[in-house]
This record gives sequence, C-alpha cells and structure tokens, in this order.
Amino acid sequence: MAKVMGKPVALNGDRAVAEAMRQMNPDVVAAYPITPQTEIVMRFSEFVANGEVDTEFIPVESEHAAMSACVGACAAGGRAQTATSGAGLAFMWEVLWVASGTRLPIVMHMVNRSFSAPLNILCDHSDSMGARDAGWVQLYDETVQEAYDNAIQSVRIAEHPDVMLPTLHALDGFILGHNLERLELLPDEAVKQFIGTYKPMYSLLDLDRPVTYGPMDYHDYFFEHKRQQVAAMERALEVVPLIGEEYGRLTGRYYGLMEGYRLEDAELATVVLGSTVGTTRVVVDELRDQGVKAGLLKIRCFRPFPAAMVAEALGDKKAIAVLDRSLSFGGQGNPLFFEVCTALFSHGFSPKVVNYVYGLGGRDTVPAQIRQVYHELIKIDREGVTGPTLRYLGVRE
Amino acid sequence: MMEPAVPEHEYLRAQKKFPSVWCAGCGIGIVLGAIIRAVRALSLSKDEVAMISGIGCTGRMPVYVDFNTMHTTHGRALPFATGLKLARPDMKVMVVMGDGDALAIGGNHFIHAARRNIELTAIVVNNSIYGMTGGQLSPTTPFGAKATTAPYGQIEQAFDIAKIAEAAGASFVARSTTYHAIELDRLIARGIEKKGFSVIEVLSNCPLFYGRLNEMGDAVEMLKWFRDNTTAAPGKVASGKIVRGVLVDRDLTGYVESYRKLTAASKKRGGA
Ligand SMILES: Cc1ncc(C[n+]2csc(CCOP(=O)(O)OP(=O)(O)O)c2C)c(N)n1
Ligand code: SF4
Repeated sequence: MAKVMGKPVALNGDRAVAEAMRQMNPDVVAAYPITPQTEIVMRFSEFVANGEVDTEFIPVESEHAAMSACVGACAAGGRAQTATSGAGLAFMWEVLWVASGTRLPIVMHMVNRSFSAPLNILCDHSDSMGARDAGWVQLYDETVQEAYDNAIQSVRIAEHPDVMLPTLHALDGFILGHNLERLELLPDEAVKQFIGTYKPMYSLLDLDRPVTYGPMDYHDYFFEHKRQQVAAMERALEVVPLIGEEYGRLTGRYYGLMEGYRLEDAELATVVLGSTVGTTRVVVDELRDQGVKAGLLKIRCFRPFPAAMVAEALGDKKAIAVLDRSLSFGGQGNPLFFEVCTALFSHGFSPKVVNYVYGLGGRDTVPAQIRQVYHELIKIDREGVTGPTLRYLGVRE
Repeated sequence: MMEPAVPEHEYLRAQKKFPSVWCAGCGIGIVLGAIIRAVRALSLSKDEVAMISGIGCTGRMPVYVDFNTMHTTHGRALPFATGLKLARPDMKVMVVMGDGDALAIGGNHFIHAARRNIELTAIVVNNSIYGMTGGQLSPTTPFGAKATTAPYGQIEQAFDIAKIAEAAGASFVARSTTYHAIELDRLIARGIEKKGFSVIEVLSNCPLFYGRLNEMGDAVEMLKWFRDNTTAAPGKVASGKIVRGVLVDRDLTGYVESYRKLTAASKKRGGA
C-alpha cells in the first residue's frame, strides 16, 4: 500500500476514536455510557442515525450486556466493537474472559478512569491494568493521533489468523479523551482497505459448518485451550509490529511494540506508558541539554509484553525508574514494574530499578515530578544505593 | 459577587456541601425537599434514617443530607441497602435512584427487591434520560422521544416503573411529579411508613438534556407539562393522562419481618 495524504484536523481523543470507528464501519457496536468514554458512543450513534455507517448500534442496559452483545455478534461472524471506562470495564469482567477464551477478535476502545471508592471519574490505569490477565491484547496511546491509529490497527491485530484475540487500546481519560490535539485522518477509503473485510474462521451462522461456542471444558481439555491462548499472545508479539510497519507505509507513522527515546546511549532511563510519555520526552530533552544522559522507554504494547526487547534496551542502564499509574496493593511493586523487573532478571541483567506510582485519580503529572524522578536516579547512580524501591510522586504523605 | 444562599436545616450538610451540583432548573432538588419534609413530618431523627444511592445526578443526593448515607455503584443501590436493612432492621432506609440506575443497569435488583418485598423505600427520580452522562436514552425514554443516543427518536418501548413494581410484588407503589411537591411529601411519608417494599416514582425535569432535546422549554414549562399531563383522579378526566397518587397499597409480609419470624421460630426449636 502506498503512502496516502492524511487530512489534518483538530479533535479530542474521544472524537478521534469515533471518527476511526466511522471509517471502520463495524457490523455491531454495543455500549453503555460512562464518563469519560461517553463521547465516543454518543458521536458514533449520530453516525448511525445519519446513515453514515451500516453499523447496528445497540444502546444496551449495562456494560455486562455490552460485552455480551459483542461476543454474540462476533461469534455470529460480525465485526464487533465497544467502548468503556473504569467501572464499566469492571462490570464487563466475566465476559472479558469469555471473549478471549472463545477467541473472538472484538475491539474495545478503553478510556482510562480510576476505580471507586472513593468515587472518581478521572484518569489512572487501575481499570485496564486490572484487566491485564483477561487475555486481551493491550495497546496504550500516547497522543490523540495514536488513539486514532491504534484504534484502526487493533482490528487488524485482533483478526490476524495467528492471533484471534480481543484487543483493546487505552487512552488516558480527559488528558487524551477530552483534549483537543492536531492529528491526521486517513481517507475513508484507505481505512476501509487497510482493515479489509473480516472473514471469520468459525462463524455461528455458517450452516455448512455448524459450530458451538463456549461448551463445557473440564480437566480434559481446558488446560490445552488456555495454553493455546498463551501461544496466541506470543504470536501477537510478531503480529503487532508487522501491522505497525504496514500502517507506517500507509501513513508515515510506524509503530512497534515499544519505542526508545534518546535511550541508546542513556545511562538513566524511565519506563512509561500512556500520555505521560509526552511529558517525559520534554524532560529528557531538557536534561540532555544539561548534559545528563537521560533516556526513555515507552511501552506501546503491554499485553503481550515485549520482555526480550525491553531487557535488551534497558540491560546496560545504570539506574531505571518504572512509572505506574495504578496500584497492586500489597505487592512488591506495580504492574509495569513487575514486567520490567522480570524481563531484566530473566535475561540476566540486574541494574538498579525503582518504581514510582503517579497520577492516581487524575492527579496532575507535571514536568517537575518527572524531573524529580531523574534527579533521584542521578543520586542512586552516584551513591550506588537503590534506597526504597517503591516511591510515590506528587502525593501528600 | 454575592455569596450563594446556603440552606440551613438540621437534615442537611448545609455548610459543607452546598451549592449543589445540579443544574439550574433541575427537578432533583424538589425531590430532595420533599424527602426532607416527609422525614420531618414523621418526626424521625436524622440518625434513624439512612439514604443510599447509586450513581447519577440523582445519585448525588445523599451527599447533601445529614442522614446515614452511602453513595454506592451504578445500579447497585438496592443490594447495598438490602445488606444495611438486614443488619439494622430498626433503620428507615431510603434508596434514591435515577431511572437508569434503577431500571437499566440495576433493573434486576429492582424486580428482586420488589419480589422479596424488603422494607426499603425506593424513590425513583424518572427524568426519562441518563442525566449525568449527557442525556442518553434510558429504559424510560418514551417511544419517539429524543436522546443524545437517539437523535431521531427512541425506537424501543419504555418501561412503566409502577407496573413493574406492582407485578414484581411491592407492597406500595405511588407516582407523582416535581410539580406536585406537596403531594410528593405525603406519598414519600406513606412509603417510609409502609411495611414491605415501597416505590415512589417521581417524574422529574431534566431541562438540560431531556427538555432541550425534546423542545419542551425551560424548567417552568416542563413543570407545567407535568401539571397539564397528569391526573390524580383518572376516572373523572379524559384518559391519556399519566396517573398520579397511590397506585398499589396492599398488606403483604415484608422480608425482614418474615426473616425475624423464621429465626425466632428456629431458635425456639433449637431451645436457644
Ligand atoms: C458500571 C457503570 N457504568 C456506567 C456508569 C456511568 N453512569 C453514571 S450515571 C449514569 C446514568 C445516569 O442516569 P440515571 O440513572 O437515569 O440518573 P440521572 O443522572 O438521570 O439522575 C451512567 C451511565 C457508571 N458510573 N458505572
Ligand atoms: S443533567 Fe439533568 S438531571 Fe442532571 S442535574 Fe442537570 S438538569 Fe438535573
């Protein structure tokens, strides 16, 4: 596919995703409103009402019903999508596992929101990180452009015959969801061609080859089926960058599993995902100007986790800080930190690594905080003492 | 600039929480006023009363009252309240819910609370729309009415909250509107006193979304609509109007009462 000209527009993240959905024209969209996702489906329901898409839009009575309807639609051979946030994702829980266990390539646009209690509608990653073990491929968006791009690529990843797993991409609630950014939209036709038509391998409505979804599966085969899901996740490690490469040829924006920023010769590194990557880039540039060898590793694909690449990129660093926007209460760290440490350790590296929790419940994460992280890394490196592994950014103690 | 007026009342968290989050012209404040007057009319102390809500504009109500309050999750106010009532049967437990909270995501709990006929007072503020999330259609959006997710009109049929409550087994079912505030006080007071599950449906004005999308005018116009399109004497006037007042009032044993009897009997048998 040759590169096509994008159309520059200004949209917030929710609208950019809705625009991608319009261009993808899924067969079924089922959703229940929840802030900060609501604008996606509200906008999309306008497209439906105006006949701009052929989608069947089902305004279901809850998120449990939304994911169930997607499972039904996808098992019937359709392309199904939904969008949710926070408590909405939690309420889908049971069915998230049904979607991955029945290998249905559903696509979910996730706008991150913290979990109650206390009640909070603002951004953190408790929701998607909470679902990290549910068997979904997970991508994280840094910008509104990426929210749009990842939305489109998610369909290809999910439906790839080597993968066949539900896929979600997560955009930070309000920070990306509600903020206006400049981005480039592909022509409708280019999106249509890029995603192609979905040819389900096993469809419920295929009368010549009748199938059943979700039968009992005990000690006899259950384990093998789970093992196959693991293998599919491993294959997704190959597929995600392949699709990212193909998308790059079309748009000029290439995507991999992760991205190093001034990382190669860096001595001090942070590992970040989501919109805070942008803030960190600014601080890295600033520190580089001051002669500090700072670098950044952005994780785009969290599930499956690109462990070998992460280890290779970070193994030679003197001190590393992993930033988490969610908690694993009582754990030895938090989700991203676990992954990074395990990747390093299992590949024979043991640099000094600390974990920072930041931005819970929408707490602003500003450059000064990221600067603080690098200054603490400088100190760790200079004194040769790691100090406390678990640290908290911008919280009143 | 003038400071906003702060209401003073022993039942309100007046100094802490006002002004409220509700839009100018919203009906939920009228329902709050009616609840306050009903509790006062029954001479209940604020410590005897609990108010539980789910999530939504209506769900914000417990924030403002100085009763025992719990702001829970969307759709689950009734199960939380069921637990509370069983642990503290002496308490008067009110559950305030929006139509989405009570009948969309929480619809299952609504029918089961009614079937169980547990001694709770459910006040459903029916503004025909999901207010908090921006005016999407709800299970009570009338056929043909507009919502942000139904820009050309709702194509599904609406629930009749009172009929569902009746069919599912509630002891007491009543309906009123935010125009009929004094009537509403009395119905809520009767609901609180009634043994068993009581449901008071309040047709309420959401001028911001339902009113605007359906070109109903401002809050005053919406209140007039309630005045002109409802009736408390269905027999005497032309049909087609929404009926207000007590719709069901029957003496059935409530769940807590049955539960007490059962445990008392089994204790006796066990010789305890
Ligand atoms: C599990 C879950 N899904 C969705 C939401 C988002 N949400 C909050 S309030 C609401 C609906 C509000 O409508 P209604 O219950 O009718 O109350 P109103 O705001 O109109 O008083 C929704 C969908 C949520 N908080 N939790
Ligand atoms: S959105 Fe509607 S229901 Fe919510 S506070 Fe405003 S007027 Fe009331």
